[in-house]
Amino acid sequence: MFTDNGQTFGFGKPATEAEIAGWDIAIQPDGTGLPPGSGTVKEGEALFARLGAKCHGAKGEGTASAPALVGGAGTLNTDKPLKTVGSYWPYATTLYDFIHRAMPADRPQSLQPSEVYALCAYLLHLNGIVPEDAVMDAQTLPKVIMPNHAGFTSPDPRPDVFDTLDVTLPATATS
Amino acid sequence: MSPDARPEPERDPVPAPAPALTRRRMLQLMGTASGMAAGVPALAPLLGSEGVATQGAAAMAQATPAATPAAAASALPPDIPPWMLAWGPLASPYGERSPYEKGVLRIPIATTFTDSWTPLQDLVGTITPNSLFYERTHAGVPQIDPAQHRLMVHGMVERPTIFTMADLKRFPAVSVIHFLECSGNSGSQWKEATLKPTAQEAHGLLSCTEWTGVPVRTILREVGWKPGGTWLLCEGADAAAMTRSIPAEKAMEDGLLVYGQNGEALRPSQGYPLRLILPGWEGNMNIKWLRRIEVGTAPWETREETSKYTDLLPDGTARQFTFVMEAKSVITFPSGGQTIPEPGFWEIRGYAWSGRGKITGVEVSTDGGETWAFSTLQEPVLPISLTRFRFPWTWDGRPALLQSRAIDETGYVQPTIAQLVAARGVNSTYHMNGITTWAVADSGEVTDVYR
Repeated sequence: MFTDNGQTFGFGKPATEAEIAGWDIAIQPDGTGLPPGSGTVKEGEALFARLGAKCHGAKGEGTASAPALVGGAGTLNTDKPLKTVGSYWPYATTLYDFIHRAMPADRPQSLQPSEVYALCAYLLHLNGIVPEDAVMDAQTLPKVIMPNHAGFTSPDPRPDVFDTLDVTLPATATS
Repeated sequence: MSPDARPEPERDPVPAPAPALTRRRMLQLMGTASGMAAGVPALAPLLGSEGVATQGAAAMAQATPAATPAAAASALPPDIPPWMLAWGPLASPYGERSPYEKGVLRIPIATTFTDSWTPLQDLVGTITPNSLFYERTHAGVPQIDPAQHRLMVHGMVERPTIFTMADLKRFPAVSVIHFLECSGNSGSQWKEATLKPTAQEAHGLLSCTEWTGVPVRTILREVGWKPGGTWLLCEGADAAAMTRSIPAEKAMEDGLLVYGQNGEALRPSQGYPLRLILPGWEGNMNIKWLRRIEVGTAPWETREETSKYTDLLPDGTARQFTFVMEAKSVITFPSGGQTIPEPGFWEIRGYAWSGRGKITGVEVSTDGGETWAFSTLQEPVLPISLTRFRFPWTWDGRPALLQSRAIDETGYVQPTIAQLVAARGVNSTYHMNGITTWAVADSGEVTDVYR
C-alpha cells in the first residue's frame, strides 16, 4: 500500500541489553523470559488473601468487579460457559505474564518473581491442576498442561457465514 | 428537526447569553477606529475560551453602562435575531462546539468506565470528531509525557533500537483514513435478552479517523527485521501493559505507527503519543501508548489473545486469532430511541464498513428483509472506512421493520443474526456483524428487535 525507496535513515539510538532487560517482561509458552525464583501453593494462598481476594473473591470465585479465576470445568460447551484460568486458559505461562504485568490492578509490576510464581501455584492448585505441594519456577511452570490446552483453533475460518447476491451492483456504488 | 438528531436528547442547560457586549460597547472598549489595532489585544484577555466574555468583561460592561438596542421581540422573521444586534465572542486559541450541541456525548459504561460509546445516531459525515471517538481501556488512560516516551524495537532484528517521538516523526509520514471497531461491538445483538435500545449503545464502539504516522515497515526495515521473524509482540505503556501478538505479515503490509488523529495529536485515550493501527483488524490489537515491539517466531499467547478476544463455540472450542472485522452496516436514522415525527418523506441514513476493503453496496429493507433495494453511497468510498449510505423513504405511518445489509469488495454480504447464531451459537461474544432490525411503531417510535 505504501511505497518508499527502501532506504534506512539512522534515526534512533541502539538499545542496550540492560535497557531491553528492563522492559522485556513478556513470557513465552515455552518459558522463555521466566526469571529465577520460585513459589509454593501455601505462599500463594497468603499472597492472594492479601492482594487478590478483595477483587476476585476469597477463593478466586470472582466478584462484580473482577472475573472468576477458579471453576467452570465442563461448562464451555453449555449454555452458561464460565471461562476461568482453570476452565479456559490454554497456557500456564500466561498466568505469570499477566499477573506480573497487570496485577494487582492498583500496583502492577510491583511483585517479585517468587511472589508471582507463588500466586501461579496457588491459582493452579485452586483449579485442581497442580497438587498442594507444587512449587512453581522457570522449569516447572511451562510444563504445566492446562485442561483447555487443546481448546483453541486457528487460523480463522471466516468468512464462515455469507450469502451470494445474484444482483448487479448499482454504478453509483462501484466507482 | 434534523433527521440525525436524537429526539429530545438530554442536553446540558443552555448557558445564558454572554453579558451584553453590544456593538457600541465593543467599539468603546476598542477605542476609535484608528486605535483598533492596539485595542484588540487589550480586549483579548477579557475573553475566555471561545471568546465567552469573562467576569472581568462583564464587570467592565456593567461599570460603564452602554445604550443597548431595543430587545428583539424574537429571533424569527420579521424580527431581527438578537445575535445580529451585537458582536459575538472573538477568536479563541482552541475551539469548542456550540453550547446547543453539548448534548451529543459518548456514553461511558457506568459500572467500570473502561468504555465509552460513540453517538453514531448524532453524527453526520464519515469522520468521527476526536472528542467523540469511542474509548476502550484496560487500565485507564496513562498520562504520558511525550518527551519521556520511548518505542523500543528488539528481538529478531539486526539493530535493537530505541526511538523518541522526535525520531519517529522524522521518518517519511503517511496519512490514511480508517475505521476502528472493538471486536466486542454489537455483542449485545447475540441474544434477544441483551439487546440495547439505541444505535450508540448497540454499535458505538466504532469510529473513523484520518490517522497520520510512519509505516511499521519503515521502522522494521530501519532496525534490520530478519525474515523468519513472523510475529510481533506489541505492548502498551498503560498500567495493563496491554499486549498482543501480531503477524508480521500484516504489520509489514499496511500497519502504521500513528501519532496523528484528524490533523492533531492523538487524544490520550487513543494512545497519545503513539499507537499501532492495523487497518480492518479488531480494535484491541491496535495497541495504544505503544512502547515496545519485539520480533519473534510464534505468538506469545498473552492474556488478551487467550482468555479474552477469543470466540467460544457451542462445542466448547474457541476460535483464536480472529483478526478481521467483517462487513457490517447499521441504520442511524431512524434508529432505536428515536421517534419519527410524522409520516412523509424521510431519508434513511446509516454507516457501512468492512475490514476487508471497500463497501460496494448497501441494501435497505423497510419490510424486515422481504424486499431490498440499493441505497446511495456517499463518495468517495474509501477502503476500510466508514461509508455513508442514504435511502429515500416515504413513511406511510404504519409499522415498519428497517434493515440494512452491506456488501464489500470481496463479494461478502452481511449475514443475518440468525445465520451467525446458527454457525457460532450465542456465546462467542465477539465479532457480531449481523443485520440490525429497527422496528418502527405506528407512533413513530423506533426500537431494536431480534430477528
